[in-house]
Amino acid sequence: MLGTNVREIESKEEFNSHVNENETTVICAGRRGPMCVPVYGAMAQMEKEKKFSEIEFRVVDFDTNAAMMIRTHEKCRNFMGLPFTVYYKDGEIVHATSSIQSRKQIEEHLDEYLL
Amino acid sequence: MMYDVIIVGGGPAGFAAALYSARANLKTLLLEKLFSGGQMATTDLIENYPGFEEPINGFDLAVQMENQAKKYGTEVVNDEVIDLELEGKIKTVKTTGKEYKSKTVILSMGAFPRELGLPGENRLKGRGISYCATCDGSFYRDLDVAVIGGGDTAVEDANYLSRLCKKVYLIHRRDSLRATKALQDEIFKNKKTEIVWDSVITGIDGDESVESITIKNVKTDSETKLKVDGIFVAVGTIPNSDLVKNKVRLSKSNYIITDERMETNIPGVFACGDIREKVLRQIITAASDGAIAAFFAEKHVGSI
Ligand SMILES: Cc1cc2nc3c(=O)[nH]c(=O)nc-3n(C[C@H](O)[C@H](O)[C@H](O)COP(=O)(O)OP(=O)(O)OC[C@H]3O[C@@H](n4cnc5c(N)ncnc54)[C@H](O)[C@@H]3O)c2cc1C
Repeated sequence: MLGTNVREIESKEEFNSHVNENETTVICAGRRGPMCVPVYGAMAQMEKEKKFSEIEFRVVDFDTNAAMMIRTHEKCRNFMGLPFTVYYKDGEIVHATSSIQSRKQIEEHLDEYLL
Repeated sequence: MMYDVIIVGGGPAGFAAALYSARANLKTLLLEKLFSGGQMATTDLIENYPGFEEPINGFDLAVQMENQAKKYGTEVVNDEVIDLELEGKIKTVKTTGKEYKSKTVILSMGAFPRELGLPGENRLKGRGISYCATCDGSFYRDLDVAVIGGGDTAVEDANYLSRLCKKVYLIHRRDSLRATKALQDEIFKNKKTEIVWDSVITGIDGDESVESITIKNVKTDSETKLKVDGIFVAVGTIPNSDLVKNKVRLSKSNYIITDERMETNIPGVFACGDIREKVLRQIITAASDGAIAAFFAEKHVGSI
């Protein structure tokens, strides 16, 4: 468990149904490290402020099976920095980033790819 | 609700201040925007904090510091401080969700890693550029990497990465390292590392991921290309002092200037830990600063 303020996906099945049931979602796969925690923090803040209420934010532990879809996805092929953050629209990954991102950067990705 | 002491930032400085303040029976609130422990919580093994014969994990130490401060009555809230009104007898601390009042404020917002500021750095972040060896090292197994820097973190990173990577270059702009003797001894013995002295990185090449870097010798001005798969940046930190810009006196490098009592130029406003202008930024000095700040905050509360 990552123990963040964002809801965590804990299995492959949950991952698949979450992605299929939500039109727009951002899922961050990471560990409890210095590059990951600020991203979870930014997601938690955005959720709390309800600024992007149509978007579901989730985290997933990078080392579990639940994160397999992200770890092995073509869009994350060259990624060498945690966390891997993926932006899903209608069940497809439309954008993905590797390593730490500021809240401003995440908001820019949301505007460009999900809204 | 009126507090005696509000502490902004829950790293070792903040938790030491909280412990001393709560034990002095002051009504104490600590506000932390992310997770307890700050930079310390992201450190794998700490070998130089007294009292632990065996190295302790930074996250574990953070949990213990938080529990100890709470045990004596510190209230800990996870929220980001977004504004401060520090003038006058009563200070106002605004977070994303609430506004608090206090007789004193202790600033312990710490620092974060500095970037290189080179073209392409942002694009290749996570695609060959990393700021955390313990986080991303495993992606570079059996590859060639460069570590940029010459302080404790850079040398520690180079030593750590040499256990995973094929070859590790340590690029340092001077002709001697700033790291502690023990770390230097280890790197000088390490056969997988090569130190490139008197050199700075001037370019990063690669489309999808890092392919090579350009380094310039600062003594001869000559430039060479080095083929590497990754770069680990460890060129120091930047203080988290934006919140108090134009509110308390800062040094040229934006660290908060305090006196020996950890007090800033504003009465009742103290600063401690890495955010303060000082010579040694470590857990033990952060904790020491925190204790002193709380001690004089108590005196200030008593004098109101
Ligand atoms: C990789 C690495 C390894 C290290 N190894 C060692 C070691 O082995 N031994 C050693 O002694 N030192 C080590 N250090 C240094 C040590 O971690 C720092 O000196 C120490 O953590 C500084 O403590 P601090 O409380 O001043 O700041 P920080 O640890 O930076 O904590 C500041 C806290 O304030 C919070 N904050 C910032 N702004 C706000 C805001 N607006 N609102 C609310 N909260 C806020 C941050 O989220 C953070 O939690 C290491 C540092 C790094 C990066």
